[in-house]
Amino acid sequence: MGISVPALMGQLLIGLINGSFYALLSLGLAVIFGLLNIINFTHGAQYMLGAFVAYFLLQKAGLGYWWALLLVPLVLAVFGVLIERLMLKHLYKLDHLYGLLLTFGLALIVEGVFTNQFGSAGLPYSMPEKLTGGYNLGFMFLPTYRAWVIVASLAICLGTWFVIERTKLGSYLRAATENPPLVQAFGVNVPRMITLTYGFGVALAGLAGVFAAPIYQVSPQMGSSLIIVVFAVVVIGGMGSIMGSIVTGFALGIIEGLTKYFYPEASSTVIFVIMAIVLMVRPQGLFGQR
Amino acid sequence: MRFKLKHLAAAAALAFAAGTAQAQISGNLVKIGVLSDMSSLYADIGGPGSLSAAKMAVEDFEKAHHPKFKIEVVGGDHLNKPDVGSQIARKWYDEEGVDVIVDTPNSGVALAVSQITKEKNKAFIGSGPGSSDLTGTKCSPNTIHWVYDTWMLANGTGTALVKHGGTSWFFITADYAFGHALERDTANAVKKAGGQVLGDVKVPLNTQDFSSFLLQAQASKAKIIGLANAGGDTINSIKQASEFGIVKGGQNLAGLLVFISDIHGIGLEKAQGLILTANFYWDMNDKTRAWSKRWSALNNNKMPTMVQAGVYTSVLEYLAAVSAIDSDDGGKVIAQMKKKPFVDPLFGKSYVREDGRNVHDAYLFQVKTPAESKGPYDYYKLLATIPAEEAFRPLKDGGCPLVK
Amino acid sequence: MQTEAKQAAPAEAPTLASRDELWEARYHRVGFVVLFAILAAAPAAVYPVFLMKALCFALFACAFNLLIGYGGLLSFGHAMFLGMAGYLSAHATKVWGLTPELAILTGTATATALGLVSGIIAIRRQGIYFAMITLALAQMVYFFCLQAPFTGGEDGIQTGPRGKLFGLIPLSEPMAMYYTVLVIFAAGFFLIHRIVHSPFGQVLKAIRDNEPRAVSLGYRAERYKLAAFIMSAALSGLAGATKAIVFQQASLTDVHWGMSGEVVLMTLVGGLGTVFGPVVGAFVLVAMESYLAELGAWVTITQGAIFVLCVLLFRRGIVGELEAWLRRRRNR
Repeated sequence: MGISVPALMGQLLIGLINGSFYALLSLGLAVIFGLLNIINFTHGAQYMLGAFVAYFLLQKAGLGYWWALLLVPLVLAVFGVLIERLMLKHLYKLDHLYGLLLTFGLALIVEGVFTNQFGSAGLPYSMPEKLTGGYNLGFMFLPTYRAWVIVASLAICLGTWFVIERTKLGSYLRAATENPPLVQAFGVNVPRMITLTYGFGVALAGLAGVFAAPIYQVSPQMGSSLIIVVFAVVVIGGMGSIMGSIVTGFALGIIEGLTKYFYPEASSTVIFVIMAIVLMVRPQGLFGQR
Repeated sequence: MRFKLKHLAAAAALAFAAGTAQAQISGNLVKIGVLSDMSSLYADIGGPGSLSAAKMAVEDFEKAHHPKFKIEVVGGDHLNKPDVGSQIARKWYDEEGVDVIVDTPNSGVALAVSQITKEKNKAFIGSGPGSSDLTGTKCSPNTIHWVYDTWMLANGTGTALVKHGGTSWFFITADYAFGHALERDTANAVKKAGGQVLGDVKVPLNTQDFSSFLLQAQASKAKIIGLANAGGDTINSIKQASEFGIVKGGQNLAGLLVFISDIHGIGLEKAQGLILTANFYWDMNDKTRAWSKRWSALNNNKMPTMVQAGVYTSVLEYLAAVSAIDSDDGGKVIAQMKKKPFVDPLFGKSYVREDGRNVHDAYLFQVKTPAESKGPYDYYKLLATIPAEEAFRPLKDGGCPLVK
Repeated sequence: MQTEAKQAAPAEAPTLASRDELWEARYHRVGFVVLFAILAAAPAAVYPVFLMKALCFALFACAFNLLIGYGGLLSFGHAMFLGMAGYLSAHATKVWGLTPELAILTGTATATALGLVSGIIAIRRQGIYFAMITLALAQMVYFFCLQAPFTGGEDGIQTGPRGKLFGLIPLSEPMAMYYTVLVIFAAGFFLIHRIVHSPFGQVLKAIRDNEPRAVSLGYRAERYKLAAFIMSAALSGLAGATKAIVFQQASLTDVHWGMSGEVVLMTLVGGLGTVFGPVVGAFVLVAMESYLAELGAWVTITQGAIFVLCVLLFRRGIVGELEAWLRRRRNR
């Protein structure tokens, strides 16, 4: 198969779009691990919940996509806060791996319940009116929705990074997780910050779910297919680094896009190969410290 | 003389009694096991709907024939794992007196179950699985493949589409055995009918995003994009194809394994124009409508897939055969079912071949546009009927050792 | 990973410590006798195929426990050993026509080799990074198995009727198969027990408890960890290869990451770092799956719920709690 430039460009653009989606999805996970040292295996299930809540908002309350973008993160944040208050906070004194096991168990429960109720063919969620159609770029047809995903995802990712790395609130957060007793001594309500941070991470997962609903099938298994990939992104990017996950998410999308063009059968494995190599050579990830 | 006759009579009576005793049904109970995917990928294709169909069949049989044996139905979830499925099958046969297993979507599980069924001389009538190997190299005297198979799908869709003008093809194939087989069989059918295959792309199973592959398909300019995949992969490819304007751009999608439950999940807006082959549609004739409405009332107002319809009729025919020979010996019942052609209440004229293949008509359908559809599940219009003789792989081509 | 095991024994007079050990040894001996008596008699009352499945998983869980309970390393990719061994064992039976014991050896050897290669890659890191590397490696193995023609992909390998052990004993006889599995399990189980209570095992535990200290004492920690990893892989392979013979098939389920999660669950439920814990955990989980099989998605939900409950309330697992209770009674 000869390399045709238009075709390659098309694949790169699609890679970029997918990358922006990976970045958005990994963002929540990166925030939670970066700030709280919790490995949130439930992330995939929370993403799926986001898509389902969007579906229900449309079906039962007639609230469409734009409402969903606002409401779903709020609903998921509440859910996240509940998980943190009721369960996670008991595990902070223990090894990180217990947090992983707990969230793993939660993921099984959530997915099991939804699979029980909704089967697996999934539910349709229609594209919002304003985002249908697309642009003919010559080398490919770019659906408007996909262009929206790149833009929105970039905005959200950079916005989050900015808040955490460059604002006062963000600096309190980072300090609170590095040295809770000291920061608490300064009068900052550390447990509440932790709870809110977890809630925020979960909200991001749910938001990614809303973005996914019009283009991927809203099904109970949608999270479990992606969770492993998202983990790989966060690990490669550096488990403490938000910028790392963002950059890796985009980069991975592009690399995957190229693989799909030249050697499609390997497109699922390429990320794990990269992850294994990175972990051997630089275990803290590309952007991580330690 | 009389002495001798009396003895002779007594001996004859004993022999007769012994003979009939052997032909009896174990425990005077026929137990049917509906082994399906109750909770994941194929739950809507078979699943609880199949269990429901089996129970309907038992009810209808008892009402019509008042058999002297009792009938029980049990269900099991194989979770799409061959090991889970074969363990349930084993347990059912060894410990719970199950005589026949039906349904079993997922070819891997079905192949495993077929083997165990042969070992234990029970019966297996698969409405769910696709692999044509079940009646080919892995055929068994205890197995009947009841509804469809990959060869039929490939041939039906491939040949019929080429005849309708779909002369150039590009495949998006799920990169595993089932996908490869489906692509290979369809490509052969297409070439035989005079079409050409412009290319293919192999996609890992459970891929969420098909945009890059659809782009390649678009670039090939093939008239037909064949989706050699199933379940969630098919649904995702169709949804995203609509997003990228593939059908609007003049290419057509051919779903090589699509069920009405999938279409319901995708929605007509995105699925319209899709071409597929199936052996059953609820709205085909009065008989199918009547039965489907009954089934629908028991199943959340959904409409049955061909797999669920197949479970219903396979159970009916099985019970009829058991009744006829008064035995639940697996090999014997299956042999009885192969004896003569019958009129299947939902699939029409059928007969079971030596290799275990149940042969009936197949149909080429196209998914309606939202404007053409009058309500939920009014999704298909009939494009062509593929007569039974042509629909399935010729007997001699399968490589089945049972065929002389 | 720090285990919550023996915090009891105070480091005072040596006599107390050795009395502790004597008690442990006696408790273990009683445990062995009870366990194997039950297992030997069980097929009379319980469906043998269920027992064989539980035994294979029990061996798998014991092998996993060796690595995490005594080595302190959480592997999230152990399925690759179980599954690859199963595939090679099934392939050896079906295509190479080997007798069952040779097929099992083939499978185990495969897992050992895989353990060596993955161990060398993974062992250099610890904690969560170690877990992630094992996960990545397992995923690569999974995708390899998905694509490689010899595994049969989604269909798996069906091997046909079981052969004759050593060419003599027909394994299609359920009892013959059962006792073969029981012997294999016993061999693996006792091997692990010996390893743990050997000088090697002591060093391993020392490394788990305080690696820098062990290194400062002159022990090459990496070597010990790698050895433990390979042993764990080999025994997991033994379990997988045997399972393939029992069920006459090998499938993708056994290399999927869900299976890696299941073995973690079994060990957690039973009791991390205990001798009998993994066995109990395996039996409990296999029984639960079997019982709930008719109910589909409830298996996943229940597993998830058990995970959550164990992590929050029940961290020592069944056997762990039992042992803690026994110790409290003894110390009264």
